[in-house]
Amino acid sequence: MSILDSKIPEGPLADKWTKHKNTINLVNPANKRNIDVIVVGTGLAGGSAAATLAELGYNVKTFCYSDSPRRAHSIAAQGGINAAKNYQGDGDSNYRLFYDTVKGGDYRSREANVYRLAEVSGNIIDQCVAQGVPFAREYGGLLDNRSFGGVLVSRTFYAKGQTGQQLLLGAYSAMNRQINRGKIQAFNRHEMLDLVKVDGKARGIIARNLVTGEIERHSAHAVVLASGGYGNVFFLSTNAMGSNVMAAWRAHRRGAFFANPCYTQIHPTCIPVSGDHQSKLTLMSESLRNDGRIWVPKRKEDVEAIRAGKLKPTQLSEEERDYYLERRYPAFGNLVPRDVASRAAKERCDEGFGVNKTGEAVYLDFAAAIQRYGKEKALTSGIHNPTAEQILEFGEKVIEEKYGNLFQMYEKIVDENPYKTPMMIYPAVHYTMGGLWVDYNLQTTVPGCYAAGEANFSDHGANRLGASALMQGLADGYFVLPYTIGDYLSHDIRTGKIPTDTPEFDQAEKDVKDRIEKLMGGSGEHSVDYYHKKLGKIMWNKCGMSRNEKGLKEAIDEIAALREDFWKNVKVPGAANSMNPELEKAGRVADFLELGELFAKDALDRNESCGGHFREESVEQDGEQKGEALRDDKNFKYVSAWEYKGEPKDAVLHKEDLVFENIELKTRSYK
Amino acid sequence: MNLTLKIWRQKDAQSKGKIVEYPISGIEGDMSFLEMLDVLNEELITKGEEPVVFDHDCREGICGACSLQINGEPHGPDRLITTCQLHMRKFNDGDTIFIEPFRAKAFPVVKDLMIDRSSFDRIQQAGGFISVNTSGNTIDANAIPIRKEDADEAMDAATCIGCGACVAACKNASAMLFTSAKVSQFSLLPQGQVEATERVMAMVNQMDEEGFGNCTNTGACEIECPKGISLENIARMNREYMKASLKG
Repeated sequence: MSILDSKIPEGPLADKWTKHKNTINLVNPANKRNIDVIVVGTGLAGGSAAATLAELGYNVKTFCYSDSPRRAHSIAAQGGINAAKNYQGDGDSNYRLFYDTVKGGDYRSREANVYRLAEVSGNIIDQCVAQGVPFAREYGGLLDNRSFGGVLVSRTFYAKGQTGQQLLLGAYSAMNRQINRGKIQAFNRHEMLDLVKVDGKARGIIARNLVTGEIERHSAHAVVLASGGYGNVFFLSTNAMGSNVMAAWRAHRRGAFFANPCYTQIHPTCIPVSGDHQSKLTLMSESLRNDGRIWVPKRKEDVEAIRAGKLKPTQLSEEERDYYLERRYPAFGNLVPRDVASRAAKERCDEGFGVNKTGEAVYLDFAAAIQRYGKEKALTSGIHNPTAEQILEFGEKVIEEKYGNLFQMYEKIVDENPYKTPMMIYPAVHYTMGGLWVDYNLQTTVPGCYAAGEANFSDHGANRLGASALMQGLADGYFVLPYTIGDYLSHDIRTGKIPTDTPEFDQAEKDVKDRIEKLMGGSGEHSVDYYHKKLGKIMWNKCGMSRNEKGLKEAIDEIAALREDFWKNVKVPGAANSMNPELEKAGRVADFLELGELFAKDALDRNESCGGHFREESVEQDGEQKGEALRDDKNFKYVSAWEYKGEPKDAVLHKEDLVFENIELKTRSYK
Repeated sequence: MNLTLKIWRQKDAQSKGKIVEYPISGIEGDMSFLEMLDVLNEELITKGEEPVVFDHDCREGICGACSLQINGEPHGPDRLITTCQLHMRKFNDGDTIFIEPFRAKAFPVVKDLMIDRSSFDRIQQAGGFISVNTSGNTIDANAIPIRKEDADEAMDAATCIGCGACVAACKNASAMLFTSAKVSQFSLLPQGQVEATERVMAMVNQMDEEGFGNCTNTGACEIECPKGISLENIARMNREYMKASLKG
């Protein structure tokens, strides 16, 4: 029996959550006033959790490294949020959303968690509309939907290409209301540097005030980590520059198991890398795959001519183009899940069909959609014999209404007009499905320490479907955690305030200060970015879209060596007792250098291909699926949860077996 | 290209700042403005100097963290973008570029080019919300149809990223465009009507208390706003304010 207890409630799938809510302990309103909760991170999960906990009456302290909670990287989510509302009457249901999510995650997520996610998804939309989130609407005044990859219904709600921004500002406004009431104390420009445990329970954090450099102690009866994902271990990703794993990793070092670190989502539609100076990558929303068709030329000589600037993509006829997703996956076409689309792009580029100077780009073409929409719009505008120019004009206008901000973003970065010539895109690191292991209540293996949103591992298995991150973040923060944490806090109504002048806080503060001193005391040979970029290269080349035993073993050794070099030779200018962005970066990269190795170790252990994790040793050998990823349910139908034991190489693996009672395990086919 | 950068350096909020000149070379047109500053900082670190501090995070124009007054213009010479989306192809070899923080009494400098915009947060905290608790029992999202035009207009106002360019562009350092964007978003939606009176009064009072200046309708804010927030929002807020004042 595993030491991991997922605490999944008994009973039929559809009744579990309701039954659980009805039986867990509650804290009465008068007692909530005596209980403190720390929330680290103020994105969708943290912001919504903080606001809801404060509404319930708890005293909440929030922490974020930005100058305002409104800047959390949830804000950059573009395309939308899923919910099983079935407003389109196209056969959607909680079960179907549950099924799509488990299948999309390649059968590596927990049934009970995912069903609950589907169950509360509709409430999220109701709640956000009540908050004043301006979702897109149809002319009749009702909410509009669009489709995302990996599903056959339209269940994605959106606010232009800025859905994450609008949902985050909704959560931020809910937080502001509680800040105004004095129920939330917001510590902005603060970073959590350690988790403090007292008698085995999470009772506070050590944080650094990023403006003054002061090290502060904060106590609470429970600590919620909603600090996002760790995609920046690759240096280049679609994450914000500051996104980091520190809060989660510090908790891991204090006993929280880290689950499935190797599950990374490489998003198929990002703007390709342009040079060595590149600091981050920009996503072009998956929603573009509703209307864009992905292709490369069929012939190598056309590829050469395009790269040399002698041929324009618009000059190639339909017959000369390889719409490889439509060719390989006729049922889902351009809307296959992200992992499938990314690998297909890599396959074409590896074969030499990449269309830019680096050979790492494919086309995303809107010409067909512009024609289709243009004709429709001309008709509805009363023009029955439109000219080619009119069709183009109408069509471009429709596309602009749908994706205007994305097209503008593309044009500013690439300096090409995507209305006139196809976009160039290439996969980039986007999201991490792995994260802190949590039980059904979202509690980590450290009692009193909870994890929500991208920071936990629970709902997306080995691959996340589009528009599900926003759904999960808000489900955790608005509707799950505020209930489940009450069960734990009900035992704390007589505890009283947690003092910070105790040996446990003394020790944690000392550890933090020693570490800062060590970071500041390097020989000063190389900058923090030098190490971060090196780590990113190892990760991308050996732990990226396709992985093999040899590469992973090399990665483990190389990362360990790089980490040793980092601690000896990193250069951090300035002082620790004042604002120092280089010191902040150094602390984060130090943690990435540990996480990266565990990542590779986890990828090495998982000798199967599933979702975003593709092992070259594990592919279908023949039949219709030949060359596709081969999952191995017999040997790997588990969550890997790693226990910290010092160096990453000494981490101990615990397995949580995944039980599928409501879904039959099948080969994931999008053909 | 080779450029001369003239950058505002200031140790902390208490110290006096000054412009310091830095020559820089090897800059490519494909680099973003902030990547150009990354190059400078890497050079400074190698020389053992302290890098230039500036706010930035998402680097795709949506978080609102980046700022910078570039040659006297918030977010630089290009339109409808933030500094992180500005690319060096907008500059020429041999250019001198002045880089300063956004200037306003309500935006004190933290260090170098980094400013304190918590005054914006406090305006939002005063009333930039709809008082609805999280319950899971609110009415169905489609129970109240909203005209598409109203929803779209509310969305346009809601796209404000809170960067502060409007304040930096204004000769009075007024925060009217920022505040009115939020007031407008809610006033255009039925959900926002209930608290309309209290909201506009509280937000405008807070705005004044923070030391932002008055609006004299020059329209500079609208021109410099990276999200194209319209001046109409200010007119709408003025109407809302008038209505609220009459209600007392």
